[in-house]
Amino acid sequence: MQISFTLNGRPTTVDVEPATLVAELLREQLNLTGTHIGCDTSQCGACVVHLNGLPVKSCTLLAPALDGATLLTIEGLQGAPGSNQMHPMQEAFREHHGLQCGFCTPGMLMTAVALATEKPNLTEAEVRHGLEGNICRCTGYQNIVISVMAGAAAMNAAKGE
Amino acid sequence: MKPFAYHQPDQIPDAAKLLTSIEDSKLVAGGMTLIPTIKQRLASPVALVDLSKLGSLKGIIDDGASITIGAMTPHAVVAASKLVQTKIPGLAALALMIGDPAVRSRGTIGGSVANNDPAADYPAGVLGLGATIVTSTREIAADKFFLGLFETALEPGEIITAIRFPVPLKAGYSKFKAPASRYALVGVFVAKFADGVRVAVTGAGPGVFRVPPMEAALSENFDPSAIAAIKIDNDGLTSDIHAEADYRAHLVTVMAKRAVDAALS
Repeated sequence: MQISFTLNGRPTTVDVEPATLVAELLREQLNLTGTHIGCDTSQCGACVVHLNGLPVKSCTLLAPALDGATLLTIEGLQGAPGSNQMHPMQEAFREHHGLQCGFCTPGMLMTAVALATEKPNLTEAEVRHGLEGNICRCTGYQNIVISVMAGAAAMNAAKGE
Repeated sequence: MKPFAYHQPDQIPDAAKLLTSIEDSKLVAGGMTLIPTIKQRLASPVALVDLSKLGSLKGIIDDGASITIGAMTPHAVVAASKLVQTKIPGLAALALMIGDPAVRSRGTIGGSVANNDPAADYPAGVLGLGATIVTSTREIAADKFFLGLFETALEPGEIITAIRFPVPLKAGYSKFKAPASRYALVGVFVAKFADGVRVAVTGAGPGVFRVPPMEAALSENFDPSAIAAIKIDNDGLTSDIHAEADYRAHLVTVMAKRAVDAALS
């Protein structure tokens, strides 16, 4: 079947089998390999993308659900237009060592950006609750939580400018 | 995954017709249970009937003495709804405890109730509040809907369109989460109405069930102390790698007390 959607700001039309997962479509057909497949069982969150602005696990999403929708992947995350900078959440993860091996990081970032967008003044407890669906096997989460708090504050500051 | 045909009807009768006319077809709502099930090859439908184009199944309506939630309303929308937070805060709290943010973006109340997973959260809220399940053909009381392990009163081709919740005086939900899956090891929903209290338990057994002794005690005195001494018989409760039946029985009382606390706060 043919589906049309907006992918990271660009209109996109693809032919897919209905039994295609969005994570597969992104990685294998569209060559966007920033979205990672960790567990492939909806547990780990490495594959989180934004569907119409909401975080979803792309390993548990069928491609037909994209038809007419807006999809944002880690490749579409960017800083202020023309600034040549990373997204404030990415900057915060670098600044505060919010990653070690980096495998879970694309999903962490997408979940973190969605959290900070939904609720501007996040508490640490809300960050920890919000990250329940993203598993990291390196960091022990401490620096990830610090990064998300800092990134959320930076997103707020950027919004106020 | 094995290939399947995909249908996106925009009318409920068309969806029902597809479901009954194609053998081994399945409804898909948010897909949070069905897609993993297909990936594990525990199900191999030849066709999926996607309900997402049925706009009439989405949204939350204030009926005064009740709230009606469309079957395709995602958990995140119920959790964030000012209407639900105001009229049945215990139900909004339950929705916020399901899975994780990404699951709550996609998973729907109708899908959860139709699937009737023995450890799902919504069946406790639906039975605890004595809600009504509205389908494409009739209305079913919660007490007659949940028939046991993954089994409901739904007939082939019958589609849940909405759930209608009566507004209680007070209601609360508490669950002990299985840490990896965040399903309820035991979850208890307590609701106080003018004519009495309802207590519904999920996770502990093969299906959601009520606890009449706790309901009687809480109807007399709506306080955690009223049920502290009530023990649940472990006969028929689930024993698995996560917990023995004894422990689940113990947790029912603990979670029920916390649910009453939540309702009172």
